[in-house]
Amino acid sequence: MTTTLTPRRSRPPAQPDSLRAKRLPGYAAPALAVLALLVSAGLVYGVDLGGPVLVVVLGALLYLAGLFAAANAVEGRRSARNRFWSALIHSALVLAVLPLASVVWTLFSKGTARLDGDFFGSSMNNIGARDANGGAYHAIVGTLEQVGIATAITVPLGVLCAIYIVEYGRGRFAFTIRFFVDVMTGIPSIVTGLFVLAFWVLIVSPWFNDGQPGFSGFAAALALSVLMLPTVVRSTEEMLRLVPAPLREGAYALGVPKWKTILRVVLPTALPGIVTGIMLSIARAAGETAPVLLVAGGGAAINFNPFENNQSSLALFVYQQAGEASKYSPARAWTAALTLVVLVLVLTVAAKLLARRNRLGR
Amino acid sequence: MAKRIDATDVTAYYGGFKAIENINLTVEPKTVTALIGPSGCGKSTFLRSINRMHEVLPGARVEGSLTIDGQDVYDRDVDVTAVRRMIGMVFQRPNPFPTMSIFENVVAGLRLNGVRKKSILDEAAEKALRAANLWDEVKDRLGKPGAGLSGGQQQRLCIARTIAVEPQVVLMDEPCSALDPISTLAIEDLMFQLKDKFTIIIVTHNMQQAARVSDRTAFFSIEKTGDPGRLIEYDNTQKIFSNPSQKKTEDYITGRFG
Ligand SMILES: Nc1ncnc2c1ncn2[C@@H]1O[C@H](COP(=O)(O)OP(=O)(O)OP(=O)(O)O)[C@@H](O)[C@H]1O
Ligand SMILES: [Mg+2]
Repeated sequence: MTTTLTPRRSRPPAQPDSLRAKRLPGYAAPALAVLALLVSAGLVYGVDLGGPVLVVVLGALLYLAGLFAAANAVEGRRSARNRFWSALIHSALVLAVLPLASVVWTLFSKGTARLDGDFFGSSMNNIGARDANGGAYHAIVGTLEQVGIATAITVPLGVLCAIYIVEYGRGRFAFTIRFFVDVMTGIPSIVTGLFVLAFWVLIVSPWFNDGQPGFSGFAAALALSVLMLPTVVRSTEEMLRLVPAPLREGAYALGVPKWKTILRVVLPTALPGIVTGIMLSIARAAGETAPVLLVAGGGAAINFNPFENNQSSLALFVYQQAGEASKYSPARAWTAALTLVVLVLVLTVAAKLLARRNRLGR
Repeated sequence: MAKRIDATDVTAYYGGFKAIENINLTVEPKTVTALIGPSGCGKSTFLRSINRMHEVLPGARVEGSLTIDGQDVYDRDVDVTAVRRMIGMVFQRPNPFPTMSIFENVVAGLRLNGVRKKSILDEAAEKALRAANLWDEVKDRLGKPGAGLSGGQQQRLCIARTIAVEPQVVLMDEPCSALDPISTLAIEDLMFQLKDKFTIIIVTHNMQQAARVSDRTAFFSIEKTGDPGRLIEYDNTQKIFSNPSQKKTEDYITGRFG
């Protein structure tokens, strides 16, 4: 066998005499960590430069260096490298989880203050700056209706579009569609809000609203739908491409028509991934503020009708309460934020469970 | 209702690459025909062009004429799904549907073509699984996923799936390459049974198998890599294995080449 790789060594590595190798004792790593932190604390407070954050950062660096040195001395170079990189990867994990945990903790600690019946049972109608009660009922209704309508529009459209691109699209036309879907991914939400404001609210809706521009939850749903579409199309597309070709061929060879193969073999196989993509887009849409503010207008009262008059949403509620000049509004904003996060979480978990139930393994 | 297959000047391309050239061959009804030849000589390609699976790949196309009982399967007004329902196929690698149970896999062809009645499906499933020598192994777990079977079991599942729709012609692309000797014998027995009613074409790398099961044998070969595969010799199996008329065939069969 000829290889184009230049070999590092001219000879293969020597055969070891024994399969055993010297290992650092199990307590070495934790002991090193504690030592590193102590040394770092001593240094930082000794020269009186910085606080606990610097202690941890410096301690982590010292730990990495110390671990490498210790492992290098006892276990050899390869093992030292291995330990160094695993320690680095674990630190990256900690770094990534820290902000997440911090957000969740802040949400829970500040959001539970107004977690009462009033919050979920009443709106902000006739609530003044000095009223401690008031709630987000109208905003929850708004979010559920707007996101629900947007999902109902986007999912069929997006999935069908992806099916077209993957299974039927040939040549320039499919390529053009893909290109514009990609472009759509980058559209800021405020722009979709402006688009729906200009197109739907100001031009189309006056036709059936006595000539007046009609702000509505439906207009917000349209804007959210424009935002969700590219995510749904692209994620569904990727999932459909992952379905192995032999599966399709297996169905074709049984004389199953193409559309039925897609419906009964390809889609079920890709379903869990498609559901994940849809949930991502829903989560994004539920957290959008700008389009709702622009085209649904917000509003303090409960409005169940998404097709007429202003509607609010949880994200918009958070935005408005956070800026309100009342000592009671920050608590409302935190609770609404917590509600929004829990809502999306519940939806995601439910959808995943449903998608898994559809798979086998009863 | 077995069918006769006539291939006339069949040439198949993958994009710009010509994989097989001018294949002429007639398969009589109720026979087993073996396709043999070195790897890459176009056996699978020829097999796939018989039931129009070749054109599924982007850029792949077939020239020439292929008729089944006189009807050209490449005619413009031919329904591809009808062709494939008439000509079933077992692939080189097992491909059970991962979202379906064992039972659903076996009856997929019937179900997806509109058969709903439970009693018919049950009966067809048991018949096909018994024929594929899989029934005893799976009868207690028909509801379990088809992908949870061993490789050889999966292949037998795919064979069961193919014969459950009772096609007129069965194409098999190395159906036994992942099977143990007992299952292989069972599949060979199955071919003997099927040949009473159907026409069978099988690709195999196993000379003994070709000699055992087939009535006629076609030997494919290529000059050198990059050249299209050609049909070198096509004759009664007995003749091919005892007294081939081409030197190349003899070399291949006796193991001096390929
Ligand atoms: N999808 C494909 N795209 C491009 N070329 C292909 C494709 N499939 C096969 N070929 C080429 O076509 C030729 C014939 O391939 P084919 O699969 O028919 O060989 P085969 O006789 O079945 O070989 P084997 O015994 O290894 O299965 C080979 O040169 C192969 O590289
Ligand atoms: Mg092959």
